[in-house]
Amino acid sequence: MSEKITGAQSLVKALEQTGVDVMFGIPGGAILPAYDPIFDSKIRHILVRHEQGAGHAATGYAQVTGKVGVCIATSGPGATNLVTPLADAQMDSVPIVAITGQVPGPAIGTDAFQEADIRGVTMPITKHNYLITNPDEIPNAIAEAFYIARTGRPGPVLVDIAKDALQMKTEFKYPSNLNLAGYNPVVNPDLKMVQQAAQLICESKKPVLYIGGGIIKANASAELMQLAELINAPVVTTLMARGAFPDSHRLHLGMPGMHGTVAAVTALQKADLLITLGARFDDRVTGKLSSFATKAKVIHADIDPAEIGKNRHADVPLIGDLKNILKALIPTVKSELAKNKPDLTSWWQEVDSWRNRFPLGFDEPADGSLSPQYVIKRIGEISGPDAIFAAGVGQHQMWASQFINYEKPRTWLNSGGLGTMGYAVPAAMGAKVGAPNQTVWAIDGDGCFQMTNQELVTCALNNIPIKVAVINNESLGMVRQWQTLFYNQRYSNTDLHSKRVPDFKLLAEAMGCVGMRCESKADVDKTIEAAMAINDRPVVVDFNVHRDAMVWPMVAAGTSNDEITVARSMAPVWDSQEL
Amino acid sequence: MAIHTLAVLVENSPGVLARVASLFSRRGYNIDSLAVGPTENPKVSRMTIVLNLEGHALDQVNAQLFKLVNVIGISEMKPAESLQRELLLVKVANTPKSVELSKKFGAKFIEANGVLEVEAVGERAEIEKFLTELKAVGIKELVQSGVVAMEKGATTLADRTLTTMGTANQSNQDNSTADYQN
Repeated sequence: MSEKITGAQSLVKALEQTGVDVMFGIPGGAILPAYDPIFDSKIRHILVRHEQGAGHAATGYAQVTGKVGVCIATSGPGATNLVTPLADAQMDSVPIVAITGQVPGPAIGTDAFQEADIRGVTMPITKHNYLITNPDEIPNAIAEAFYIARTGRPGPVLVDIAKDALQMKTEFKYPSNLNLAGYNPVVNPDLKMVQQAAQLICESKKPVLYIGGGIIKANASAELMQLAELINAPVVTTLMARGAFPDSHRLHLGMPGMHGTVAAVTALQKADLLITLGARFDDRVTGKLSSFATKAKVIHADIDPAEIGKNRHADVPLIGDLKNILKALIPTVKSELAKNKPDLTSWWQEVDSWRNRFPLGFDEPADGSLSPQYVIKRIGEISGPDAIFAAGVGQHQMWASQFINYEKPRTWLNSGGLGTMGYAVPAAMGAKVGAPNQTVWAIDGDGCFQMTNQELVTCALNNIPIKVAVINNESLGMVRQWQTLFYNQRYSNTDLHSKRVPDFKLLAEAMGCVGMRCESKADVDKTIEAAMAINDRPVVVDFNVHRDAMVWPMVAAGTSNDEITVARSMAPVWDSQEL
Repeated sequence: MAIHTLAVLVENSPGVLARVASLFSRRGYNIDSLAVGPTENPKVSRMTIVLNLEGHALDQVNAQLFKLVNVIGISEMKPAESLQRELLLVKVANTPKSVELSKKFGAKFIEANGVLEVEAVGERAEIEKFLTELKAVGIKELVQSGVVAMEKGATTLADRTLTTMGTANQSNQDNSTADYQN
């Protein structure tokens, strides 16, 4: 018989046995028993400054490494501060496990000090969650939580543990197998469906590979490359899939959707077949759903059966792990192609004409001030294809998606589904912990940066030398853009005055970082290079940019993708036969 | 109006009813009735959910429901292929008419303190018809159990859905779960 240990020791042993090497968190009353064995554990614990930072750091770590990210917090406010990152991870299918302390079992339900029903609160925003009041159940709950988080469609799992369960004595028993009657993700596709998909692909005259973040989750970029080159079809990568397919590749048309390239948006609209891989027909991609890709048949491959037919009917559903699906699909397509090879010449002529006539671009501000797009473009070019970029949410996020070339998976992190302002700094922190040898840039806005910059203290104290580019247009830029376009330039509450207050350079220095400022085009390269040269501390660069720059192209919310505009009130000039 | 009756096997664990209810509420699926109770297996509870699906595909509801980790199996109970029953308890005025109606619909009744306490079991449509006629007499209080349903014949829902209930592991268990995947 093994010796009795506390529930807290059992928890830490379970985390170690599960393979956790790092976690982000803050102690507090209810979780305090767990922090005592954490003190002795080989698991690296990074003490953050706000639980939201712990959650997004876990996400950044998971997105970069493909492993499960871990965050830990106390009951009540500690736990509720994790709500945003949990919802964020749920929307973007990121495998994280959150461990929270709960008030002691007998106090649950009495409105005790720092009590919040976090299991109830997070039910709709986690893949699954637990409330553990019996210490014997801790190892099994931890093992299940990690298994559920990383398998199937990945997602966040929360394990809430009552304080007395952490204090009571128990015997540590790590489960050798899990008994999850209701959880058996399908990983291998139905081969009949694979055959049908291959047939559709080989009959299509206007195919498009519509690639979502699932390809990155499934580590299936190499297989995607094989399929794309085999069928020679245009590829579009959604905001969550940037990096899944190299931007430099001749088949790549860029990002579709509200701020996608004209070529990507139009190719989807005019396609006769969408080969949808790990994407979910999100409204930001489809625009008005009823007018989206009306002539296209749909092959929809996803590990989550609930995505099939949710927004768009799938002619051929392929349920399973994308890597397995592609491994089955590629040889099937090969043998079909031997019988019938479609001629895509005229399709490529059309696609290339959109690509050539409407490349992504931007105008330099007339007043000589700094162009935000130029800054972001140069950061990408100078940092190179191995650098990792984490963006906040807003204009800078769209520009970072548009003007940085992503060549490799897991080099682009952002909050795509939930659109969480403040994601960038903590996510970059987690990314740098997961990939310490790669350059990690947070491309942030001045609004976003003011939501979570406190984690720079964490970075400075824990040797996590991230770089932050604050694209400072002294406003909530995307909201301002909508006010410009749709609210008669009535700039209600979007002016942040952040070129005056705060002084980001001084703020960075106060937090133990190097602070820099750049205000002119001539200084951009040398500022970026100076930032690149610093590797012993975090760096924050305040790029003072033109405040009226806008994100183009744009499909206004709720309208058809056919109504894409390349600049204000400027629809692309189509040839008559295209309309 | 598209009414569907689902039989759902769930793990008998705390919070599972809240998970199901929260999912239906969040996704805007209308529940007409929901009845839940124990089964022959103490680890498993069974829900019978009557849904009024307007603008939602049943497949989508099944798929979303099945994503809940505690949901083990789902099967649609089609009216022709299942037994569907609802329990009605109702207090009405004790009149010859109410006694006559109760007898007509095969309901049990007790006369007590000037009221008639009536208990009826039947298919939903019968119960509704009975209620409509009782309204004329004057209903003082009523309570309904919600529909419970069971497939006719030798096949059990557990046969359909629990055959592979056991360990989760790395290997793929094809067709392991709900009807909708087949």
